[in-house]
Amino acid sequence: MNAKKQDHAALSEIFNKDEERVNWHDETLWWVRQKRDKAAFGVPEWEALRETASAIKHHTLSNLHDYLTTFEQKAVENGIVVHWAAGAKEHNDIVLSLLNKAGTNKMMKSKSMLTEELHLNEFLKEQGIETIDTDLGERIVQLLEEPPSHIVLPAIHRKKEEIGALFHIHLGTPEGNADPKLLTYAARLNMRDVFLTRKVALTGVNFAIAETGEFVVCTNEGNADMGAHLADIHIASMGIEKLIPQRDHLAVFLRLLTRSATGQPITTYSSHFKTPRKGKEIHIIIVDNGRSVQLGREDFRASLKCIRCGACMNTCPVYRRSGGHSYHNSIAGPIGAILAPNLDMKEYADLPFASTLCGSCSNVCPVKIDIHQQLYKWRQIIVQEGYATPAKKAAMSGMNFVLSNPGVFRAAGKAGRWVLRHAPYIAANKFDPWYKHRELPQAPKASFNEWYRKNREQHE
Amino acid sequence: MNVALFIPCYVDQFYPQVGIATLELLEKLGVTVSYPIKQTCCGQPMANSGFEHLTGDCNSLFINNFSAFDYIVCPSGSCTLHVKEHLHDDKNKSAAKDIRSKIYELTEFLTDVLHVTSLSASFSHKVSMHQACHGQRGLHLSQMTELVAPPYSKPGRLLSMVKGLELVTLDRADECCGFGGTFCVAEEAVSAKMGIDRVADHVKNGTEYITSVDMSCLMHLEGILRRQKSNVQIKHIAEILNAG
Ligand code: SF4
Repeated sequence: MNAKKQDHAALSEIFNKDEERVNWHDETLWWVRQKRDKAAFGVPEWEALRETASAIKHHTLSNLHDYLTTFEQKAVENGIVVHWAAGAKEHNDIVLSLLNKAGTNKMMKSKSMLTEELHLNEFLKEQGIETIDTDLGERIVQLLEEPPSHIVLPAIHRKKEEIGALFHIHLGTPEGNADPKLLTYAARLNMRDVFLTRKVALTGVNFAIAETGEFVVCTNEGNADMGAHLADIHIASMGIEKLIPQRDHLAVFLRLLTRSATGQPITTYSSHFKTPRKGKEIHIIIVDNGRSVQLGREDFRASLKCIRCGACMNTCPVYRRSGGHSYHNSIAGPIGAILAPNLDMKEYADLPFASTLCGSCSNVCPVKIDIHQQLYKWRQIIVQEGYATPAKKAAMSGMNFVLSNPGVFRAAGKAGRWVLRHAPYIAANKFDPWYKHRELPQAPKASFNEWYRKNREQHE
Repeated sequence: MNVALFIPCYVDQFYPQVGIATLELLEKLGVTVSYPIKQTCCGQPMANSGFEHLTGDCNSLFINNFSAFDYIVCPSGSCTLHVKEHLHDDKNKSAAKDIRSKIYELTEFLTDVLHVTSLSASFSHKVSMHQACHGQRGLHLSQMTELVAPPYSKPGRLLSMVKGLELVTLDRADECCGFGGTFCVAEEAVSAKMGIDRVADHVKNGTEYITSVDMSCLMHLEGILRRQKSNVQIKHIAEILNAG
């Protein structure tokens, strides 16, 4: 895709060149985090709900095979066609064949992070198929020819003025007008034609219910429903981890999902799809794409509990200041950083290091994924698999030598302090990333150890 | 009570006054404290960088230094958490387990073991708390804003015992400062921005001293304050609890 690959640190540095945008991005997402707090604190049993959701997902993942086959059986009984796809190619080929069968080269699509992961839009474009994203945020990034930077708020890295300018070009809104109401209205008008004329609609799936064979799609704009109800063929793409055993379990997940995502009590539309109407078709494509490998990694299995609420991104102090694109992966932020190395450890070796391990993500997560612990564990694996730079390896074995030999440690510490006291310019130069925005610590004459030897009785 | 002091490597080298304050404070409270002089580091800098497999020697050294004591007290939430979660020794599993169970961060030792209810300290200044993440979310020294749960703060309670001290509240009670070990240099742009934003919150709310249970966060914030030529200073919580 991009000619020269840049890592998270380099991409963040670029994002940080525009401090005003960083501040705005940080404050907007912090505001969403605060809305989440308000909504969560309105539910006294919030922590019990999180625990329950986590347990249901744990149980489902432990019995995934059974629930998948039950779901398939029930869905087929309901008149839904079920397809299985091992990876991106299989999934995208299935979509293409359905479009061919319908005799159309146009598709509409509501929000689906899975199809971002599988690069469906690019694939269909190469095949001469025009796809229109009907979710407003997704439509914006599609017109910008950019990937989404957030799983719930795809265009959060763009300000309304930029969207005004974009719509002026593509939808003919008045130049210089950035009124969100007007822009949304223009998008709606433009979308109406799409809804009325396209025969095939693709949606994501938030929850697939094993006992009934139905699935639930949550949106705020109603665009998934408009598409699915007006088209002849509704294709729903879902990862194997979207299952929950019973319809009753929605009472847990629907209460958590949107409160965690945006602070709303529930999404405007939580639509259940079970049986196709007369003369219409519903197809479900159940996708693995690396999930079964992740399921086999004991330390990382819990990452499959994710319900894609985005709360871990909104709370992440790094994400808020580095922007979603710095993660160079379809899913950004803390959850992206633990999912991506499973797909390509070399390509995403930088992501688990793009964190201070502050732990905020794990504690907002509605399904209690131990995200920051998994980041730590990925670091160990990435290093052991040989994806650390040689310079880092050398530095670390040097550090080990110093820290495991008390005599060397004291001598090195003394030398280091001597440099800082007498020739700080050696350390404080523009090549030292610490010094760019921070002064170095002032070195004292004596270390605590030296002080102690002079002032207290010694213990070996 | 047989108590050993663990002074993290960077505190030993750059902030000896924090080690001294910790020692004096514990002595004032009637504790006999030993400081094993062959100690170096908990191994966290390597482990957090993905090199936990290199920390074996460091861990053995730690066990040799500290096995003989009933309690290990450390004025750093981060180092304490690292030992609690990651100190292992394949040749000496039970000794490692024993170490993990008896290490305490200073304020939790004062609160949970010594049950301190009053202090003789006085510090007549406006002070704001930087909630160091590992102490807060890892050791549960205080409640985090993410959880729907009643608030509490062990370091906060201790600060409320200090005469003359006025505790300043922040806009964002527990946002990370961006230090993060090697993160502070490997991800310089974001780390520095996080630190700058943190400092701004403290300054805006009129603090004179930023305090914390972790000196590493304070080292990072101090670097920024000094670059900005700010009058606001940093002080480790041990220095305040031992003041006056
Ligand atoms: S990891 Fe948790 S917080 Fe993050 S998107 Fe998934 S469910 Fe939400």
